[in-house]
Amino acid sequence: MTRTAVEPSVAAQPAPSKLPKQRKFNRSEALAGYAFIAPWVIGFLVFTLGAMIYSLIISFTHYNLATGTAPPAGIDNYKELWNDPQIRKSLSNTLFYAVLAVPLEIIFALFLASLLNRVKRGAGIFRTVYYLPKMTPMVAVASMFLLLLNGNTGAINQGLRKLGINGPQWLVDPNWVKPSIVLMTLWGVSGTMVIFLAALKNVPRDLYEVAELDGAGPVRKFFSITVPQISGAIFFNTIVLTIAAFQVFDQVFLLFWRDQNNPSSDDSLFYAVYLFQQAFRQFNFGFAAAMAWLLFVILLLLTLIQVKIGNRFVYYEGER
Amino acid sequence: MANYNTADPTITSRPASVRKPPRVDFGPSLIGRVLGRTVTLLLLIGFALLFLYPFVWLVSASLKPKSEVFDNKLIPDTIQWSNYKEVFNQLPLLHWMFNSVSIAFLAASFVAISSSIVAFGFAYFRFPLRNTLFGIVLGTMMLPTSVTMIPTYLIWKNLGFLNTWVPLFGSNLFGSAFYIFLQRQFFLGLPRDLFEAARLDGASYWGMFWRIAMPLARPSFIIVFLFEFQAAWNNLQGSLIYLNGGTAKGFTVPLGISYAMTKYAPGNGGQGDYQFVMVAALIVTVPLLLLFAAGQRYFIEGVATQGRKG
Repeated sequence: MTRTAVEPSVAAQPAPSKLPKQRKFNRSEALAGYAFIAPWVIGFLVFTLGAMIYSLIISFTHYNLATGTAPPAGIDNYKELWNDPQIRKSLSNTLFYAVLAVPLEIIFALFLASLLNRVKRGAGIFRTVYYLPKMTPMVAVASMFLLLLNGNTGAINQGLRKLGINGPQWLVDPNWVKPSIVLMTLWGVSGTMVIFLAALKNVPRDLYEVAELDGAGPVRKFFSITVPQISGAIFFNTIVLTIAAFQVFDQVFLLFWRDQNNPSSDDSLFYAVYLFQQAFRQFNFGFAAAMAWLLFVILLLLTLIQVKIGNRFVYYEGER
Repeated sequence: MANYNTADPTITSRPASVRKPPRVDFGPSLIGRVLGRTVTLLLLIGFALLFLYPFVWLVSASLKPKSEVFDNKLIPDTIQWSNYKEVFNQLPLLHWMFNSVSIAFLAASFVAISSSIVAFGFAYFRFPLRNTLFGIVLGTMMLPTSVTMIPTYLIWKNLGFLNTWVPLFGSNLFGSAFYIFLQRQFFLGLPRDLFEAARLDGASYWGMFWRIAMPLARPSFIIVFLFEFQAAWNNLQGSLIYLNGGTAKGFTVPLGISYAMTKYAPGNGGQGDYQFVMVAALIVTVPLLLLFAAGQRYFIEGVATQGRKG
């Protein structure tokens, strides 16, 4: 992406001197370029790079917000990461959620996108309806699901009862807390679906026709043509959804942790929620900063692994 | 894997009409096809109902008296329109809406303008380290927000902006990675001759951006605006960090609804008046639905573009 076309006018510049580097850029143009990107550069230096360095420093202190002092803590906060049982609990909860949610999201979104891709007339209406959950504010989604998922009176269990299934206590039973969040996530899967739909529209139709001539059935066509052709989108969505899954906050906070006086059980403690509480309820800035860095390292490693695996399977267009 | 593709370099510009050979029907029989189509349609309708059900349920719950909210009937036995009046006495909903609309509008305008400027810088001008810097722009998308959350809080605190709106849109003045990427893609699609011609006519660099590039980039500008409006409307964590210390009237929509959920929770001494939560949840959804109705194609196009950045 960063690679843009070779600028033609550079080559066309007169008098190739012995010092091509100095002639390569037009001074006033380069200065104007820097002026245009200056807002980002300033923002980056303050709110990204500066903040990262600051955050790293804080993570080695016992920062005290009340006094504004930061007594050095060495690696205490990082040791505490290892020792704190709630870190382990919240990490394993989050991991469990991610392992459950990401594949289901991919499969469900791809399934919906394939369905949409099969119809011509009316596809627009269905797409609009499917996208509505994505437009619903998370607070509204959480308020609805708080009641829908109620174990005794909720509509979901009522529906299950009609099918003869005794639904679980979704928001109370420790085993069903995470699946509940997954369910809410799946209801809002349409963003991923739209990305898949765009990818599906780009699969050349003649590939399917050739396959049909060869007698391939729909399943065969799906796995031999569709999946390889859209592997780029699958790869992208997997990475993005994994990163998002590890940072899930809103739903969990709203359903379980919004009320400070009424804390939930640790079965619903997700990493981002615990981090937020440490930072802005306990004001343990040093520890929270260390938590953030741990999350960063985990996500970086996960993404690297995914890229490594992805490079083996992903089929790129001719441009790569 | 074999490279089936033509030399078409960009995904975006692939012509929709790849030439089709005349269809030879060796495939499934006619009956099979009709059956297949029916199943597809039934599935599509089934999922549409699944996605719509919570909305219908919400509308009906918002119209019920307290005792019937949990009966899950889609058509209420008793319709209590007064919920829609009473909710404004119960909760400072109009304040929340006003705060959120203002913040979202400022956040979206700022980020759309600043990202456009930066994107044009990366798209048009040639300068040393351009590609490296743009690589960094893309790299920042990977950074979890929690890493910079605490220092950012300290910055706003030291500037005296706690319990004001400023932290909720302030950093938007400096552009945002994904939006810069999106706008840059658009600018790269504009023919360079357009700008060279303007140069010859004596346009300044700023004039080229403001008078030529921006008017043409309206679609991507709208995408950025709408996306950020929605993001700001949903910004729970920011509101919790920066506005929670203030009075309820100063809350934003997400903070307010969260407060309402707690207020009416029976376990917390609340009365279980969930019908008010439902009314409020419905009312705060309407602005986004209107936005979607007005700009659906921009939303869809914007999301589809995300998939192309990989």
